[in-house]
Amino acid sequence: MSTLEIKNLQVSVDTEDGAKEILKGVTLTIKDGETHAIMGPNGSGKSTTAYSIAGHPKYQITGGEVLLDGENVLEMSVDERARAGLFLAMQYPVEVPGVSMSNFLRTAKTALDGEAPKLRTWVKDVNGALDRMKLDTAFSSRSVNEGFSGGEKKRAEIAQLDLLDPKFAILDEIDSGLDIDALKVVSDGINDYAAREGKGLLLITHYTRILRYVKPDVVHVFVDGRIAESGGPELADELEANGYEKYVGTQAAGV
Amino acid sequence: MTAEVLEGALEQVESHLHPEGSFDVDAHAVPTGREEIWRFTPLKRLRDIHANAPLAGTSFEASFDAPDNVRADRHEDDSLKGVSGLVPWDRISARALAEATSSLAVTIPAEAVLERPVFVTIKGTGTDEATAAHLVIRAEKFSKATVVLRFEGSMTLADNVEIVVEDGAQLAVVSIDDWADDAVHVGHRHIRVGRDAQFKHVDITFGGDVVRHDTTADYSGPGGAVEMLGLYFADAGQHIEHRLFVDHTAPKTKSHVVYKGALQGEKAHTVWIGNVLIRKVAEGIETYEENRNLVLTDGCQADSVPNLEIETGEIEGAGHASATARFDDEQLFYLRSRGISEKEAQRLVVHGFFNDLIRQVGVAELEESLAATVEAELAKNVLAGAL
Repeated sequence: MSTLEIKNLQVSVDTEDGAKEILKGVTLTIKDGETHAIMGPNGSGKSTTAYSIAGHPKYQITGGEVLLDGENVLEMSVDERARAGLFLAMQYPVEVPGVSMSNFLRTAKTALDGEAPKLRTWVKDVNGALDRMKLDTAFSSRSVNEGFSGGEKKRAEIAQLDLLDPKFAILDEIDSGLDIDALKVVSDGINDYAAREGKGLLLITHYTRILRYVKPDVVHVFVDGRIAESGGPELADELEANGYEKYVGTQAAGV
Repeated sequence: MTAEVLEGALEQVESHLHPEGSFDVDAHAVPTGREEIWRFTPLKRLRDIHANAPLAGTSFEASFDAPDNVRADRHEDDSLKGVSGLVPWDRISARALAEATSSLAVTIPAEAVLERPVFVTIKGTGTDEATAAHLVIRAEKFSKATVVLRFEGSMTLADNVEIVVEDGAQLAVVSIDDWADDAVHVGHRHIRVGRDAQFKHVDITFGGDVVRHDTTADYSGPGGAVEMLGLYFADAGQHIEHRLFVDHTAPKTKSHVVYKGALQGEKAHTVWIGNVLIRKVAEGIETYEENRNLVLTDGCQADSVPNLEIETGEIEGAGHASATARFDDEQLFYLRSRGISEKEAQRLVVHGFFNDLIRQVGVAELEESLAATVEAELAKNVLAGAL
């Protein structure tokens, strides 16, 4: 049994006008076997949640904790968090010129497992993961994300999810910029991963479209750095019909 | 087109980029360090080769390995000095040319396509006496060849390398300064590129105490192309300086210059000066120059100065870029978010930074050994636990 617990997480970023509070106390728990979706308008703190959990240096944790099977990941370095079983698929995957995908993937797998993968099966595994994402195997000799189209970058993120096989995956707007065919390919990859034993998934999205292919168990609506409402998959349907107006409106009325 | 004809056809350009040249040593005053072309160079560490130190040293072993059809002749006179149009524009070049007792000429015969590279290796065996050397590489018409110049060991060397790429020839010269820590090398290279000829220069500088390369190119006819790729790594206390000048003296010519360097350690200093002159006659040319520096630790200095001087509006394209940066936090975060340790991530990024350039070398038999050389250099440094 694995559990990812986010408890009263408070996060700020440095701006020219001083520290700005982005997350104002977020609490949620994901058990293995569960898929949670975080939805919300721009600037509500969805991506901040993802990057804070992964340990991006831009974000200052000002309160709360994030526990993976009882261990506080906020006290770990970025790579320790990954080795503890966390994975972040990024909205804008970073290009690393001159470093081939195959070198990168093998280095990552070696770091995660503590030993180099068996050469014979590894090449087959990499090619299989690329193939499932409808990426040509030639991608393994290309530089990490360099010159990839937006859709190819997203598919490469899911190929990594497949290969690196973390305990918990956080997918930050994996659906943005994907056409319907690519969205289906990516969704298939996510579902394959989620179907594995003991995996937890946190899916961050602005749109309900991907939730037709990846079925969440729980949907959280983020507004202004807090969870405004949590519910079952039906909450996504409601958002599809009515948008975020109700939440933003409530907030405006409250002010 | 001979040098005289070429010079006659060109207008005089009052270029601030380059002082006027002369074969006469006395026409070049002993530099003080305040001159534009010397202001970055630590003259005190040049063992007086910029002043009057004798240049008759013989503390080196030279070796030559080439396919049978390549000619190597030693000329014990001055007949080849300036054969590429080189007119020394500083005192060290003038002294090295005047005091070289002979010239080694490597000639790739017309229409020959070499199956393997020519290797010229200079291995220094002592720094006490400075040495002058003069090398001429000539790729005759429509030949195709790669020449590798390797510099190793301990030495104080002032040399001129003149390169003539005749019409339609394709020549690549790979120069590797893999010196011991106490070497001083001030090298001048001048390349004359013929009509529709292609020249590629790969300039790799790792070792040495002070290494300064002045590399200049011009064109004796239209359609010539020059590609210059550079890769350097400066450790603590090391000074590596590259001064480039591409003189677009003919129409429809191209130049593409990319130099990349990494610096690590207290007082590691690199200098890159990229000068391009597009003359009035040089219509329809394309030029691009780029310098990128990766600063790995505090206490390093990377100077980078691109200069573009344009005398005609009729050009296809002209651009330059220069950037000096520390590690990209986003790249490191991305790699580390996949479980890769900080140090390993840094090693990957530096490796990639150079590898990106090595891939452009395009000489298959060399890429592997270059990658291995980079790997060895990184192992000495980035992997050594200093980070």
